[in-house]
Amino acid sequence: MLAQYIINGLLIGSLYACLAVGFSLVWGVLNIINMLHGAFVVLGAYIVIFGVQSFGGSPILWTGAACVVLFAIGYVIQLGLINKVVAAPIFITFTLTFGMDLLAQNLMINVFTATPRSLTIGYGSLQIAGLSLSVARLIAMGFALLLTGLLYWLLKHSSIGRAIVAVRMDRHAATLLGLDVPRIYAVTFGIGALMAAAGGGAMAMAFPITPVLDGTFLGKAFVICVLGGLGSVPGALIGGLVLGLLESFGAVTLGSQWSATVGFVIMLAILVFRPAGIAGRSGFE
Amino acid sequence: MKTQQRTWTIAFGAALVLATIGFGVTANNFLLQAGTTLAMYVALAYAWNIVGGYMGYPSFGTAAFFGFGCYAGAIAQNAGAPMWLAWPAAALGGAIFSAVLGRILLGMRGHYFAIGTIAVVEVMREVSNNWEALTAGATGLNLPIVAGSPREVGMLFFFVMTAFAGFALLLTLLIARSKFGFGLRCIKQNEQAASMVGIGVLRYKVAAFVVSCALMSATGAIYASMVAFINPDDAFNILMSISVPVIVTLGGAGLVLGPLVGAVIYMVLDNFVWINFINYHSAVLGVIIIAVIYFIPQGVVREFVKRGSVLLRRDTAKAA
Amino acid sequence: MAEAILDVQGLTRRFGGVVAVNDVSLSLAPGEIVGLIGPNGAGKTTLVNLITGFLPKTAGTVRFEGRDISAAAPHLIARQGIARTFQIVQPFSEMTVFENVLAGAIFSGRNGGHAAAVTMAHECLEFTGLDSHAGYLASELSLANRKHLELAKSLAMRPRLLFLDEVNAGLNTGELDAALALIRNIAARGVTIVIIEHLLKIIASLVSRIIVLHHGAKLSEGRPADVLRDPTVIKAYIGNKFAQRFAQTESANEATEEGRPSP
Repeated sequence: MLAQYIINGLLIGSLYACLAVGFSLVWGVLNIINMLHGAFVVLGAYIVIFGVQSFGGSPILWTGAACVVLFAIGYVIQLGLINKVVAAPIFITFTLTFGMDLLAQNLMINVFTATPRSLTIGYGSLQIAGLSLSVARLIAMGFALLLTGLLYWLLKHSSIGRAIVAVRMDRHAATLLGLDVPRIYAVTFGIGALMAAAGGGAMAMAFPITPVLDGTFLGKAFVICVLGGLGSVPGALIGGLVLGLLESFGAVTLGSQWSATVGFVIMLAILVFRPAGIAGRSGFE
Repeated sequence: MKTQQRTWTIAFGAALVLATIGFGVTANNFLLQAGTTLAMYVALAYAWNIVGGYMGYPSFGTAAFFGFGCYAGAIAQNAGAPMWLAWPAAALGGAIFSAVLGRILLGMRGHYFAIGTIAVVEVMREVSNNWEALTAGATGLNLPIVAGSPREVGMLFFFVMTAFAGFALLLTLLIARSKFGFGLRCIKQNEQAASMVGIGVLRYKVAAFVVSCALMSATGAIYASMVAFINPDDAFNILMSISVPVIVTLGGAGLVLGPLVGAVIYMVLDNFVWINFINYHSAVLGVIIIAVIYFIPQGVVREFVKRGSVLLRRDTAKAA
Repeated sequence: MAEAILDVQGLTRRFGGVVAVNDVSLSLAPGEIVGLIGPNGAGKTTLVNLITGFLPKTAGTVRFEGRDISAAAPHLIARQGIARTFQIVQPFSEMTVFENVLAGAIFSGRNGGHAAAVTMAHECLEFTGLDSHAGYLASELSLANRKHLELAKSLAMRPRLLFLDEVNAGLNTGELDAALALIRNIAARGVTIVIIEHLLKIIASLVSRIIVLHHGAKLSEGRPADVLRDPTVIKAYIGNKFAQRFAQTESANEATEEGRPSP
């Protein structure tokens, strides 16, 4: 049974990691808490769901489409709106993105309605060594990990990725070196939205989606950032997996209604005792 | 303060008080409700302004302490306490609770403080949802209904709430012109330098936090008595934690008149939106927030002052 | 001999594996001006942070005017009469110059009531030449004036002991002369001063005693003439060229005093 809880935790944890890594990147590089992130995830999920249900085709392809769309949306929002306040106190950027989130969530509720929608992927489950693994969730997990790995590769090896890391480390020095920082910010924000869409698509393969989940996903992203440290892909992965495990065990020991609270309480504890997170890298304060 | 300025201020204050009393005895039930809600947000805005405006720690925990007050008041009243006793009790409970929480939260800076306070709201809502023995969980708690006609009860709570809002305003005035307020402003500028000149920074921070949260808890208790029913979603509503800081920012953070001005403008807009755009209520609110942040981040009062008005002046601790 | 105003014994500070301050002991007589020199990273500012309570100590004691302040919080140490400036100035940026200095006057608790604090603030502004800038925001000042503001703020606290951490960095020659005159004035009022400096010419002309730190430990201590000729100090910090020039100037000065022709 223990192994089952662990597997469940890891499965959901990798989904969490994928949907949080974009949030962590934006926070780490732009020093912005993007309250809109949850909305990006939900929007990505809906694009996939409606695409598959209306036009058929594989969810993975549609997730790809959602990624492109959301990258464009993120890029435009950052360049047009957020760039103006990027150096402002956190309260300003926080509230601004919260206002945008109110707008987005309201629009989504009106357009998509609050009825939960899901992709019916009837792949059943595998039975391996006494453990039950939902195939849909396995696919989602694999997909999420793949995309997270791609992002990691991008940041480490591509020129745009190196530029983003440079800006994260020292914005002014990056400007002096000739990097177009506002454009890099826009790309980073776009990537954040893209990864949110990817996470949303992966989520859609495994769970029903409603616009109300906007806040839930955002909450998880917060916790993961604190657990794993800011602006790093391995950090988001660790954070996601740990959260998944915590929720899995929390649900079993305390009951599923407490599982979200467990995450927040652990987050508070870490903020008090070790703000740099489990991975130990200090982010922006 | 110059004599001319003082005279104007007293005149303005007296006019405000008279207008409020006049409104209270003549308005119909709907307007009384609206007025009471306005007063409630004024009180909360003043409470937030102490920590978020003067001290520079933007807390998103308003809902946590408002909700705490709702439940503390409700539990006290259900245990038999009369409401005018339950309210200070809730304030005291809020003060103790925030003193403990404050020592933990106020060590965090910037972003971490912000999320820490949000996390507190979330945790408290979940705890209220699940701790059925104490809070009756998601079904909510009923409070004893106040005797009297709807109009009488409406008037009672209108005057209670406005008196309390007035108290919060006067308290802010006191703090702004005191050594304590000066210390808070120094802390906002630079904590290390504040320590260097002899300010006990942690003590000041916790004190400000306690005052702020006690005010919020009292407001929650009054609200609970008024609506006679509370549940976790109403009491610990994240939207309140966001709208109160926005209100203060809209009016002008760290000012004596900022919260009042902000609350009035926000409530007018909110009612207008509620009447005309009900399906898109939060969307329009979102747009309002965006507009405030973009175009008037310093607040309406400062914009007004910049255009040369003498009437509304920022209080400092220095002698004239 | 008068009782020491500051007595530091065995002060040590470890960060993980690094020993930033290593078993430093020193003693200050009231009214002294003492120079604290050493290469970058020698631990000078860390030492000041330890004494003033901004960093916790790994070991050692600090006694001020006979009282043990080893475990006291920085704001309490400030209220007892120790003030310090920061290497990178720390003003209250969006408050006026006057309010900055008033903060020092009020919160040190050493000026009586509000009215007395206001008077003190005005005095300190005049003393540092900032009275014409009183209404400006601290962020609007030039670097030299910001350094003066830092000084004025500290003076408003009526300190008995003042730590000046590289107050002269970044000043041009004219500004330097003014700064030196100011420091001498402060000392003339009976304040004990410890001055951290890299500009050795200044230190030599200002102080009665020099303490040299190197790798967190006390390397040398004594009169400027002796310390600046000490071979270990020359090797670690000041270099031969300066030492020779200093020695020549010292000989010339001594010769002039004795009425001999200079070599």
